[in-house]
Amino acid sequence: MSTPTPPPGSVGDQAIRATRHARRWGSWYVAEHRFRVMRSYAQTVVVTAIGNPVIYLYAMGVGLATLVDANLGPDAVAGVSYLAFVAPALLCSAAITVASEEFTYPIMLGFKWNPVFYGMNAAPIQPGQIINGIVISVALRMSVTCGIYYAFMLVFGAVPSPAGFLAVFAALLTGLGFGALLMAYTATLTEDTGQLAMVMRFIILPMTLFSGTFFPLSVLPVWLQWIGWISPLWHGTELARVLTYGASEPIWLSVTHVLYLAILLTLGWTWARRVAARRLNK
Amino acid sequence: MPEPVIVAQNLVKKYKDFAAVDGISFEVAPGESFGLLGPNGAGKSTTMRMVGAVSTRTGGDLRILGMDPDRYGPEIRSRLGVVPQTDNLDTELRVRENLLVYGRYFGLPRAQVARRADELLAFAQLEDKAKARVDALSGGMKRRLTIARALINEPSILLLDEPTTGLDPQARHILWDRLFRLKEQGTTLLLTTHYMDEAEQLCDRLVVVDKGVIMAEGAPAQLIRTYSSREVLEVRFGSDLNADVAAQLAGMGDRLEVLPDRILIYSENGESELVRIIDAGLKPITSLVRRSSLEDVFLRLTGRTLIE
Repeated sequence: MSTPTPPPGSVGDQAIRATRHARRWGSWYVAEHRFRVMRSYAQTVVVTAIGNPVIYLYAMGVGLATLVDANLGPDAVAGVSYLAFVAPALLCSAAITVASEEFTYPIMLGFKWNPVFYGMNAAPIQPGQIINGIVISVALRMSVTCGIYYAFMLVFGAVPSPAGFLAVFAALLTGLGFGALLMAYTATLTEDTGQLAMVMRFIILPMTLFSGTFFPLSVLPVWLQWIGWISPLWHGTELARVLTYGASEPIWLSVTHVLYLAILLTLGWTWARRVAARRLNK
Repeated sequence: MPEPVIVAQNLVKKYKDFAAVDGISFEVAPGESFGLLGPNGAGKSTTMRMVGAVSTRTGGDLRILGMDPDRYGPEIRSRLGVVPQTDNLDTELRVRENLLVYGRYFGLPRAQVARRADELLAFAQLEDKAKARVDALSGGMKRRLTIARALINEPSILLLDEPTTGLDPQARHILWDRLFRLKEQGTTLLLTTHYMDEAEQLCDRLVVVDKGVIMAEGAPAQLIRTYSSREVLEVRFGSDLNADVAAQLAGMGDRLEVLPDRILIYSENGESELVRIIDAGLKPITSLVRRSSLEDVFLRLTGRTLIE
């Protein structure tokens, strides 16, 4: 049998017209769902979004910086104060933290623990739209977190350059690029036997420490510097440093940072959509 | 006859070499209540997922409301209500919120969804639970909420995959009552079950499915007439004796089935068979005369009981 188009006026024809909204806006409906769920832990979101920058900027940018600057002078690291050096890295790390929360457990939940994704898919929502909706919702939460972080960076006087606000976008790209891959990986897990805890411990933590976050990558021996080169956090942080204090690097390198993160985002996003489609179509 | 809303022709679903559904054909008319009866693993849920346009068929042809699910998945799903085998209510949201969020997946305006949610809470007898947590609901209430959720888009067809499995008798009766109302309102129901009483209560017509193929098709009463006798006499002689006694019972009734724990004697008149047994000097520990059910049809067709 061929696949005829339902004749005008038929139930099928009505269904086609009624489903136009869901075909076009389905991703937003999924995001709407995520926002409704986030509302139940909105307090945590807000408290961490405000608490983290205060604590980290104070501890690193004021506390540790006093020590560093006292020993190395006010243009201690890479020609700026330690606070200015470390703040963009902390901003990008904050985006990574959001990604590591929102792209892991909600995914396990939706496919496995409380399989709401199957419910969405039983309605007109398509698997790819579920993934899109999650990316949209996380991007928005990340914007809030990074926006607040940036505001505190200004308060602490950690942003010499007027174009510094663009670093928020660098941080978003960092969080989403890394997060999309993490989401795709999580979507492949049919059982959580500690893989996510391993990711936190053996990928995210070392990445945070060795991505030129608290000290320039060049301090590391050459045979360890590759960690930085493949790390989305390093690429994001270096980009953010160019934007917040005009860190000197060749333009091709800045372009590479953007491309690298954009490619990770595209790969992760596409991979996640494929996994979702395969998993929901049993 | 009106155009059928579901047409399955030689429907096949294979997982590698294993055919979960192996050439099933059936049609469901609008307003009809159609059942897939069979044991666990018969291919009922797989069939439901294909009809639900979430599982791609491996072979055969399928039309839901005149549309091919391969091409019009979201469109078909916009006209379906789905009650899955295991509840997938959102436990992070409250009862009423579950309905609000779900309505949005169909692209329905917020105000319309809110109005409909209140109607459905009343229908599901959950009005006073609107703000409750999903986890705080009983099993029966969760099922009712899942059914309410499935009705948020006023579906043309309601798919119910083992709607009352795991519920206590009272909760099952409340649920059957709600489903019966929907049937009266003209909603087409497609349901799977391994409970014969459920199939007899709710289905106008059904197919008996085993190992991915259809064994028989018809109205419950008609199937019972065709494949079984009017009455069944069940006698127990004790596990060790059943097989020996069965030899002596040969020739009684229309047919005998020897199960591990009891012997079934199919007959138009169960009482008179019991008299014959006792006259023959046999002393069953227990005896029971009952009407034939779909369970007997299934036993006759497959040589196995439905719930093993």
